[in-house]
Amino acid sequence: MEECRISATNLACRRGDRLLFAGLSLALGPGEALQLVGANGIGKSSLMRILAGLARPYSGEVGRQGSLALLDERPALDEHQPLGRALDFWRSIDGGEAAGLERLGLEALLDVPVRYLSTGQRKRAALARLLGQRAPIWLLDEPLNGLDTHAIALVETLVAEHLAEGGIAIIASHQTFALPTLTRLALSEHVA
Amino acid sequence: MSAALALLRRDLGRLLPGAQGGGTLLPLLFFLAVAMLYPFAIGPNPTLLAGTGGGVIWVAALLAAILPLDRLFAPDLEAGMFDQWALRGLSEELVVAVRLIAHWLSFGPFVMLAALPASALVGIDGETLRVVELGLLAGTPGLAAIGIIIAAVTVSLRGGGAALAGLLVIPLAVPLLIFGAGALSTGGEGGLALTAAISLVLVAMAPFAGGAAIRASREG
Repeated sequence: MEECRISATNLACRRGDRLLFAGLSLALGPGEALQLVGANGIGKSSLMRILAGLARPYSGEVGRQGSLALLDERPALDEHQPLGRALDFWRSIDGGEAAGLERLGLEALLDVPVRYLSTGQRKRAALARLLGQRAPIWLLDEPLNGLDTHAIALVETLVAEHLAEGGIAIIASHQTFALPTLTRLALSEHVA
Repeated sequence: MSAALALLRRDLGRLLPGAQGGGTLLPLLFFLAVAMLYPFAIGPNPTLLAGTGGGVIWVAALLAAILPLDRLFAPDLEAGMFDQWALRGLSEELVVAVRLIAHWLSFGPFVMLAALPASALVGIDGETLRVVELGLLAGTPGLAAIGIIIAAVTVSLRGGGAALAGLLVIPLAVPLLIFGAGALSTGGEGGLALTAAISLVLVAMAPFAGGAAIRASREG
């Protein structure tokens, strides 16, 4: 896996007139994982978007080496297309083979249009898209929402394997995420 | 390059007439409906119809270009597609440029084709039809580019965005209509050349203006 690291120094995020958090710093290297915890609306998703480079921080800087994959509440799969075709679109952009379809239990669903999938099935489909991207840095925003216990264990295993291969994972979740090496960052400590 | 091709394939699959159920056929049917209703409204006066028919085809083409605007960017922004493209290093400019091509392909050639039966309905002669077709060839890329820019600028407006986009396109399309449809009365090649020149400027601008607008709505 390619060399990767991600760091943030003194980040602050503003939403409208409200300063969500300030003075937040973090640094992660290969094989490290971080869980962002905090109440709803505290700015977990905003921080994820800033780390991904999709939104600009109010102040502070994000440094990153290595490509990055994001999983959030939107699967980014074409609703009217069968799941197989929707995933094929991303494969044609990312290159490489389909990954993890069997483990994620999606093989039987490839002919089903994305709009007919359940919440949990959508989340698993989005995970397949994430695996296919083969990016060393994973940003997972509420990856366990809507998943059953079997799928939750699978996601935890996938993340553990990703870390063992030298990847980085940042997980924003209010649920407990079973991973021995996981460090926690409470956003409530950085509320401005 | 292969990413651009993958994007174009996906865009064509969503925008070409007949794709995704019946919604994509509407602009074309709308175009023909206007051409069909016009003689009924004007009455059976062949000289009047032949004199104004070319202009009506132009107005119908403009309206047909407005109809798909709400489908151009809003669904992809909502589905998080633009975020995923940005993470993969595909710039908004590239995505918008590809979508401009797909948007034009999905109505430009079809409007030019539908102008043939429409010309029979409004009773214009062969020479006028030639000028109309050449004008549409020169003007529809410009109409597509205006549509792309406006759709990108209004993409983050919930609800009223689609109607507002239609209203905003109309004044911007006036120069194209003046020179494109104006070539009918003067019969000159000058009007066509100016229409093509305006189209060229708009097409060159659209990816940058549209890309900046999409990026701004994502970061906001």
